Amino acid sequence: MTGHRGGRWRLVHLLLAVPFIAMIWIGSYDQTEPAIAGIPFFYWYQLLWVPLGALFLLPVFRAEERDRSGRE
Amino acid sequence: MTGALDWTALTVFALLFGLVTILGFVAARWRQGDLSDLHEWGLGGRRFGTIVTWFLLGGDLYTAYTFVAVPALMFGAGAIGFFAVPYTILVYPVLFAVFPRLWSVSHRHGYVTSADFVRGRFGNHALALAVAVTGIVATMPYIALQLVGIEVVIAGLGIHGELPLIIAFVILAAYTYTSGLRAPAMIAVVKDLLIYITIITAVIYIPLQLGGFAKIFAAVPAAKLTIAAGNATNWGGQSAYVTLALGSALALFLYPHAVTGVLSSSSRHVIRRNAVVLPAYSLALGLIALLGYMALAAGVKDMPAYADGFKEFGANYAVPALFLAMFPNWFVGLAFAAIAIGALVPAAIMSIACANLFTRNIWKEYINPKVSGAGESQIAKIASLVVKVGALFFIIFMPQQYAINLQLLGGIWIIQTLPAVLIGLYTRWLNPWALLIGWAAGIGTGTAMAYAVGFKAIYALHLFGITIPCYAALATLIFNIAVSVILSAVFNLAGRGADATQAADYL
Repeated sequence: MTGHRGGRWRLVHLLLAVPFIAMIWIGSYDQTEPAIAGIPFFYWYQLLWVPLGALFLLPVFRAEERDRSGRE
Repeated sequence: MTGALDWTALTVFALLFGLVTILGFVAARWRQGDLSDLHEWGLGGRRFGTIVTWFLLGGDLYTAYTFVAVPALMFGAGAIGFFAVPYTILVYPVLFAVFPRLWSVSHRHGYVTSADFVRGRFGNHALALAVAVTGIVATMPYIALQLVGIEVVIAGLGIHGELPLIIAFVILAAYTYTSGLRAPAMIAVVKDLLIYITIITAVIYIPLQLGGFAKIFAAVPAAKLTIAAGNATNWGGQSAYVTLALGSALALFLYPHAVTGVLSSSSRHVIRRNAVVLPAYSLALGLIALLGYMALAAGVKDMPAYADGFKEFGANYAVPALFLAMFPNWFVGLAFAAIAIGALVPAAIMSIACANLFTRNIWKEYINPKVSGAGESQIAKIASLVVKVGALFFIIFMPQQYAINLQLLGGIWIIQTLPAVLIGLYTRWLNPWALLIGWAAGIGTGTAMAYAVGFKAIYALHLFGITIPCYAALATLIFNIAVSVILSAVFNLAGRGADATQAADYL
């Protein structure tokens, strides 16, 4: 995956692993407290990870876009 | 719904259904291309930009069956059903990192299916055939289950018998035949608007009626509110939950309909952009899952009006019953139309994806290698009809449980193509014959596991004195990879087939 055409592996790609760690570590969220607006922790925490997951993709996306614009 | 027709709901439903039917036929002229070419019919000319792809993949992956079955699982089994949320969170890093590579190499070499890629990458007919057949067999019951989604809401409207289902499917078959992938792409826009309207209304309006989220969650038995924690010798429900999410996330983009959605986009950047913006659907899915608890809190199960529906469809009737109990008639019509149209989009894409596989990897490969471009498109159109008629027969003449069991098996089967397709995108060190044996080993053990526990997804593995309840797909995938790696080390000594692709093709 080297080469001048982009798609290079960079340190920022490690961010892609963060949602996996967060979701696989079920012990960190398998509980009802603290609840927010009557919604137990288990539910709102995982729902929160939907936008967080996208947020962790963003820097990787930006880095790859920069690679691309530098090339063209 | 004791036989009484709900005319208001039915009228709204029929109007919306009519609208998407017209759209389906008009779609043939959208971004016009020569529909007698497989790239045009089966991949929409590979011209879909970020927004169309967003609607298309959203409509494709978040199916009507998902919208019915996920809350049904929450309704019946509790927190375990929420695995759909981590599942759809983990899908996107995979989509982002891996599938632009599939897009690039497919674009370079004119691949229409993942089996096309495997054929080119490993130069092995047998492995490509295994990937193609797995895709078709895993997708067919999935199409059948979309019909269940339509069946459930039609019954909710008070209509009985198979005729409306047959009519809906004939319409679907007709516009898929004429318009190809453009039809579901266009209809997906309407479907998603309706789904979002329904969901946003439901998660605001229903909790207000039921006295807030605290009351809704209070209706769920405490033991079902979280996953049972494990201990040193038995990992309990937690390992089941995590492996379900992980296994499903890895399997999703191996399904032919997902590959078709990916390959129809106009560039690899469209795919990456979508990996960032598609999670909006996951949020909707998470909220839809909670409808299962709202149905518990509303007590629809014990209402005599819905007894027939629950008797016929089981927990799958929870959401329709909830809507009927909570919403005014006209909105019930809109919400049910959202679900029914939500079934048409994936059913169309799935049948197109199966047709592409059949045409490229069975017909062209084994029956008529000299088939012309127009001939390919014609075969694919007919294959898409056959696939849909097959699904319709299946759902009318077989017990619904067969389709559910087969769809579960489909998930276990499709993930066995991961080493060839997904790992194959990065390296061709794995030997095709080793991959084929690994695939067979995965399919064999996976099917045996599912059978042993009476077609449940979770199998209790016993390793080193520890009981690990685990999604059978993930456990057997690891076995498959182990077999593939060990045998590759041996087989590679004898040399490998030719690789039609180069490193630069993937970037």
